[in-house]
Amino acid sequence: MTARISRRSGFSRDSSPRRSRLKPLLHVTLLALLAFAGHAFAATGAIEPLPFKDHAQEVRFQNLTKQLRCMVCQNENLADSNADLARDLRLEVFQLMQQGKSDDQIKQYLVDRYSDFVLYKPPLKPGTWLLWFGPLAILLAGGAVVVVAIRRRNRDDGAIDDDKPADGRRAGNEPADTGDDW
Amino acid sequence: MKRFVPLIVFMALVGLFGFGIWWNTWHDARYVPSPLINKPAPDFALPKLDAPEQTVTKASLLGKPYLLNVFGSWCVACAEEHPVLMSDGHQLGIALVGYDYKDAPDDARRWLRDRGNPYDLVIADQPGRTAIDFGVYGAPESFLVDAKGVIRYKHIGPLTSEVIAQELQPAIDAVKRETP
Repeated sequence: MTARISRRSGFSRDSSPRRSRLKPLLHVTLLALLAFAGHAFAATGAIEPLPFKDHAQEVRFQNLTKQLRCMVCQNENLADSNADLARDLRLEVFQLMQQGKSDDQIKQYLVDRYSDFVLYKPPLKPGTWLLWFGPLAILLAGGAVVVVAIRRRNRDDGAIDDDKPADGRRAGNEPADTGDDW
Repeated sequence: MKRFVPLIVFMALVGLFGFGIWWNTWHDARYVPSPLINKPAPDFALPKLDAPEQTVTKASLLGKPYLLNVFGSWCVACAEEHPVLMSDGHQLGIALVGYDYKDAPDDARRWLRDRGNPYDLVIADQPGRTAIDFGVYGAPESFLVDAKGVIRYKHIGPLTSEVIAQELQPAIDAVKRETP
């Protein structure tokens, strides 16, 4: 790599007239490569351009399809998936948008057919309370346990200090046994 | 007692993770219960596979329960299911309606000719638009529709003799009891 860089830089330094002749050639080659790449992309069918009204609508579409799950490959969203059904559903979402449906209406349309599972973000309802508030409840419970344990330990340490004021061994270990090292 | 607290916490975690493993081996992550159970089947108007000029609608099938079986000639699991439909399909006691999903009609006709046709009627949904209304996401799928046009049961994946005996046939019997 370094050898190539130094050779190239040497070349550009030494022969500037030749460089000016080569530069357009390089441009043409790059353009041809780009055109070829574009062609290859079209051939795989990975991109299907939808006739969006404007850029804002395209952004909205991308944003919405990222929040929706592909039912075929369940760990992919609708925007990324290349499954046949995902393609159909993207088109469906696009058409619903053209009809003036709101994001919530489009989501509801899909939920009515495929259940809440199409939404990456599950809705807040009694059946999902555990999912939404469970982690917070566990965090609070853990915090409570920690607080109780620390308080108890501090009290125990105080009791030990009171009971054995003349213990020489304890005095030596004092810094390592303050109770907050667990 | 206090010294057992870590052990109890550890055992609780073992229990939780054990449940996770058991749950994931036992239940099929691909199976998503349909929200359409006990709801009216969506309206549809689809051509017959054998006679595309004739249209079959939801209304035209009302009055008798039927099993709507989504298949496609491209679908590997459908080929797996097909012999079961051939052997058990006519003993179900209701009409078997094939739903040819996102398929070239010629391919579907050849598929049924080569393997045998277990269906009383086959409708074709080549664009797959109506299948979205049914919430189809993977063939084969089977919908039990009662005489009033309500979806009463859905099975996702190939029907097997066990599924038919344990789930489908009891559901069919319940539907048939309602419709003399």
